[in-house]
Amino acid sequence: MATKAVKMVKNAAGRLVPTVVNDVPFAPFSGVGAKEPKRVMAAPPVRSCTEFPADGNKLVKDLKTALQNAGLRNGMTISTHHHLRNGDALTNMLFDTIHAMGITGIRWYPSASFPCHEYLIKYLQDGTIHHIEGSMNGPLGRFASEGKMKGTGVLRSHGGRYRAIQDGEVHIDIAVIAAPTADPFGNANGVTGRSACGPLGFALGDSEYADSVIVVTDNLVPFPCVPWHIQGNNVDHVVAVDSLGDPSKIVSGKTQVTKSPDRILIAQYIAQFVEEAGIMQNGFSFQAGAGGINLAFLLQLKERMKKNGVKARFIRGGSTQYLTEMLQEGLTDYILDGQAFDMEGVRSLRDNPNHVSTSPFTSYSHHSKGNFASMLDVVVLGATEVDLQFNANVVTHSDGLLLHGIGGWQDCLAGKCVILAVPSFRDRVPIIVDRVTTLCGPGELIDVVVTERGIAINPRRKDLIRKLSGSALPIRTIAEIQKEVEGICGGKPQRPELSVSEVVAVVQWVDGTIIDSIYKVK
Amino acid sequence: MVSLTTRGGIRIGLKSKVEALYGASIRGQVIGMLEHFGIRNAEVTVTDQGAVPFVIAARLETALLRCGIERSEQTAEGISKKVPVSKKERFRRTRLYLPGNEPHYFLNAGLHKPDGIILDLEDSVAPSEKEAARMLVRNALLNVDFGAAERMVRINQLPLGIDDLQAVIPAGVQTILVPKCESADQLRAIDAEIDRICQQYSMKRTVLLLPIIESALGVVRAFEIAAASPWNCALAIGLEDYTADIGAERTAEGRESLFARSTVINAAKAAGIQALDSVYSNVSDDAGLRASVTEAKALGFEGKGCIHPRQIAIVHEALAPTEKEIEYARKVVDAFHEAKKNGSGVVALGSKMIDAPVVKRAERILAQVNGRR
Repeated sequence: MATKAVKMVKNAAGRLVPTVVNDVPFAPFSGVGAKEPKRVMAAPPVRSCTEFPADGNKLVKDLKTALQNAGLRNGMTISTHHHLRNGDALTNMLFDTIHAMGITGIRWYPSASFPCHEYLIKYLQDGTIHHIEGSMNGPLGRFASEGKMKGTGVLRSHGGRYRAIQDGEVHIDIAVIAAPTADPFGNANGVTGRSACGPLGFALGDSEYADSVIVVTDNLVPFPCVPWHIQGNNVDHVVAVDSLGDPSKIVSGKTQVTKSPDRILIAQYIAQFVEEAGIMQNGFSFQAGAGGINLAFLLQLKERMKKNGVKARFIRGGSTQYLTEMLQEGLTDYILDGQAFDMEGVRSLRDNPNHVSTSPFTSYSHHSKGNFASMLDVVVLGATEVDLQFNANVVTHSDGLLLHGIGGWQDCLAGKCVILAVPSFRDRVPIIVDRVTTLCGPGELIDVVVTERGIAINPRRKDLIRKLSGSALPIRTIAEIQKEVEGICGGKPQRPELSVSEVVAVVQWVDGTIIDSIYKVK
Repeated sequence: MVSLTTRGGIRIGLKSKVEALYGASIRGQVIGMLEHFGIRNAEVTVTDQGAVPFVIAARLETALLRCGIERSEQTAEGISKKVPVSKKERFRRTRLYLPGNEPHYFLNAGLHKPDGIILDLEDSVAPSEKEAARMLVRNALLNVDFGAAERMVRINQLPLGIDDLQAVIPAGVQTILVPKCESADQLRAIDAEIDRICQQYSMKRTVLLLPIIESALGVVRAFEIAAASPWNCALAIGLEDYTADIGAERTAEGRESLFARSTVINAAKAAGIQALDSVYSNVSDDAGLRASVTEAKALGFEGKGCIHPRQIAIVHEALAPTEKEIEYARKVVDAFHEAKKNGSGVVALGSKMIDAPVVKRAERILAQVNGRR
């Protein structure tokens, strides 16, 4: 079922990658910042306002009608966004409808998938969905890893997904946009309504470039829906439904900070590192998240900022209650937010003018004329594996299973100081390996690896090594930490059995070239 | 689980979270151990969640014990090559309790820098799991790097505690915690058993004792207990059991235990050893912990039990000498050196005479400031 025996070439990172994926030719990764051919941006078909109701009412009676009007056919590309997270009922409802219409061979182009989408496995099995191009988390990743998907998965970062839409690598036939609030014209936002989820930036490109755009809401308001994260001028049809999903799984009531002492220790090390490296200065910026270590780091850094009277100019969210508190307490001028993780994040985005909604276009896109990620002074990210050259993996585990999406991870590697926060082992599996199972981020972009057993600075960053030379922090070589951990875990793990002739998915670099292949697990 | 068979060789059924990465290693380890025990035919079922090798070894040995197969004596691997010596007067500001049957807590415990780590065989281990925990703790002492922490084991009450000693003494424990201590005889019996085990394995006795007073009778006999063994390094109080014993509720203010705590402090100091306070059980109440440690310090306690690594830094901070204490200590020590230089036996600070214990206390404070143990 997976791509078999297509021509494989060795890319600039020394990884074998296919030159054709799902019958489409792709270029192999040729290095960070490699020169690109001049092309023009893709564009949607020319439309005329005369085709649309003059009274602005684009409501149709149901999703099926909207899909019919959009000209749904076999083999089309359908996109969705992931901001209903694990509470998303719409995507499952969408494919129920598509299946009932007898349509097959869909390329699903989500901005990410969640465990709730395990429901779609039956449609991957019966051919309703041909393959997924987008982050595959948990059950769908496992399904793909086992070689059961009919086509080959393509994994892109958030910025890479936007880029692929912009340069025409992925042409979206129909975008189906879950909208917590919308009006009959198609203006939509994610900050009000019972399914409020935060910014809708992940659907922005879809709304601008797709042939047809369907907005689906469970909170229909009379025109105008303000603010409009999605502009009705890009929308073909509006559908009202009873419920988009489970609000308790869309955002959490209150984001929990990790209680794991080891993770808190890693967070302490990072905050101290950021201060001692001289990064924590008035007007600085950083990326915040809601992951276990990331949130603990935010709280540690906050204490240090308060103690030293330091204020940030902007913090890139994922917003949480803890981040909005920093805005309220005057520790940052702005939050530039890509997604809200809890109710308080949503509320702040709605009510505080200095809490600003962003999109992958502004934050990450490779085809933007610059983006926010490369302006960040420090970025803290996770990883599943990192090797001695600081190359890192974020999608597969050491046993080869595809279990995570890339998210904005690759895009954030453009930051000025990139720190990977990782436990040195999970269960008995070491995180520092000789060779990463799947290459997602080239080591030249990763500056520091922080574990609970020590901090390794990339030898390329002589400036950081110099600044931290007198530090009380446990600064060690990455090889030293690896050796210690292998002692604990009982040596190096054996190589998992992977079927190297069967590529189940490919990982793109941010520029669209293929950086690595993911193989079927045996 | 192991069931012995009469033929068919060794058959291993392995279900492991890390099979793709460590399957061969686990099978190899099981076969090696069975060989070591001289077992040729057996059916072994291994259900593994990613345990490290020393844990797998302990689990297999426990399964074998449940089949009636037991080692008579520790083998060479079961004896610590280098028994580290622990000093009686070292700092014991924090001692971190780790349940003996939960080895995933062991691996990183030392990274949080407690003064001592207690591998607990007593209250945190269910009666049915005592053997399993004993083997885990023994293997942990032999295999885990606890950093600079003092390696402590809380044994069970006698007679079960004797079996515990047999396993952990050769494995390199530094200090034995004796729970629910109520008499000097208990400590003498333990001392005798430790001496016997050391002789058996030709080891020099260095293991210290740390009795815990947890009952009304224990409090009454606190001094007798504190002075019972030359190996005693400290006397601790356990308030959960004590308050239950006297029929009072344990409160945040702790008025119900003031008498017991003061008695234990007094007894310890009279016997020339440290006095250590009970644990603070509300893990998420940092302010409450801080207040509790400040009070304990004021009473004369030098340490606090910890049940979560996050408590360690808070206790260390709260026990740290104040600026005023440090300044006074510097003056005392300077005066002492001045007197020594002048050949004078009398140390004076201004018009005040300074006794030897005051000098000793001042030196301890400065050592604490300099981060020495």
